Amino acid sequence: MASTPSVTVPAPGQTVWDGGVSPMNASYGKLMMWFFLLSDAFTFATLLIAYGMVRSSHHAYEGAVEVFKFSQAYWPIPEKVFASIPFFHGLNAPLVFVGLMTFILIMSSVTMVLAVEAGHRMDRAAVEKWMLWTIIGGLTFLSCQAWEWSHFIHGAMEGDAVVEGTKFFGANLSTNQYGPPDFAAFFFFITGFHGFHVFSGVLLNFLIYYNTVTGVYDRRGHYEMVEKVGLYWHFVDLVWVFVFTFFYLV
Amino acid sequence: MAHDDAPQVTVLPPDTEKIKKLWKVAGILGLITLLEFAVAFGVPHEMKELRVWTFVLMTIVKAAYIVGEFMHLRYEAKFLLWSILIPMVFVVWMLVAFVYEGIHVGLARP
Repeated sequence: MASTPSVTVPAPGQTVWDGGVSPMNASYGKLMMWFFLLSDAFTFATLLIAYGMVRSSHHAYEGAVEVFKFSQAYWPIPEKVFASIPFFHGLNAPLVFVGLMTFILIMSSVTMVLAVEAGHRMDRAAVEKWMLWTIIGGLTFLSCQAWEWSHFIHGAMEGDAVVEGTKFFGANLSTNQYGPPDFAAFFFFITGFHGFHVFSGVLLNFLIYYNTVTGVYDRRGHYEMVEKVGLYWHFVDLVWVFVFTFFYLV
Repeated sequence: MAHDDAPQVTVLPPDTEKIKKLWKVAGILGLITLLEFAVAFGVPHEMKELRVWTFVLMTIVKAAYIVGEFMHLRYEAKFLLWSILIPMVFVVWMLVAFVYEGIHVGLARP
């Protein structure tokens, strides 16, 4: 039998703000997770707003797309930078790999929400199954992101000549072959910050998975913890949707 | 008698309606992403304004589905819903303002 976490209703004659009840019809833990996510949204918003300002202050590439070359003088076209797939050295596949990463993360969000649904029915076996798939999805995304970073740092095959005449491969903290130094700085910072959230999300998911397997939530009488980490995981997916659009597509 | 103290838990059968709806939302998200890719490769880079606005609009639609359905915010108390959404209006305002500022910084550079 399932019990629900403490959500109380006002006594007769009392309004919902008179104390001793849950005004937003949610338990303390769930409410606090929502407000934490709001604050985390502000953090990512600062990064994306800074990126928006810095990018729009750089010149955009004005020429024909077919003859695009990397240069310090203008911001690169993202699909020219992110055009590789692991194990297919030399194949030009613009945005394919990042599309795959987006698909993996969205799918892991779907498996997460299925775990929450199973939790509502106290179906421990199903919760275990879907949580495990979510963890695997998260780890796969992290591995993909690690490869992206490695490829970005080591550089593409030819290492286009930087406009000033020097040949430079890949990227470091001061220069990169793709465009202005800000490009690499924002790539590392935004995807790194997001990746860190994915990493902590995977850790939390594993913790909750472990608790599910050892029967903690069966004994507690409800699976609301799954719902709470589910909120965090969906937030991570949501941020990726924005990062993907503003960094890779625009 | 040391029987295991596992609680008696009644497992309800899967809610097929809800699960179908969740997969439907997943399909919509996948479809919108495919459309984004179609625009990314189909619409020429010269039509930059159209591309950017299409991407922004599609992203907002995806965000609405993720927050409303997956995070269940659509079905929560309205006060909670607004306490999340209204601050985001200010965030969007700041984004637009600072992109505008950035353009002017770029124009002011030698």
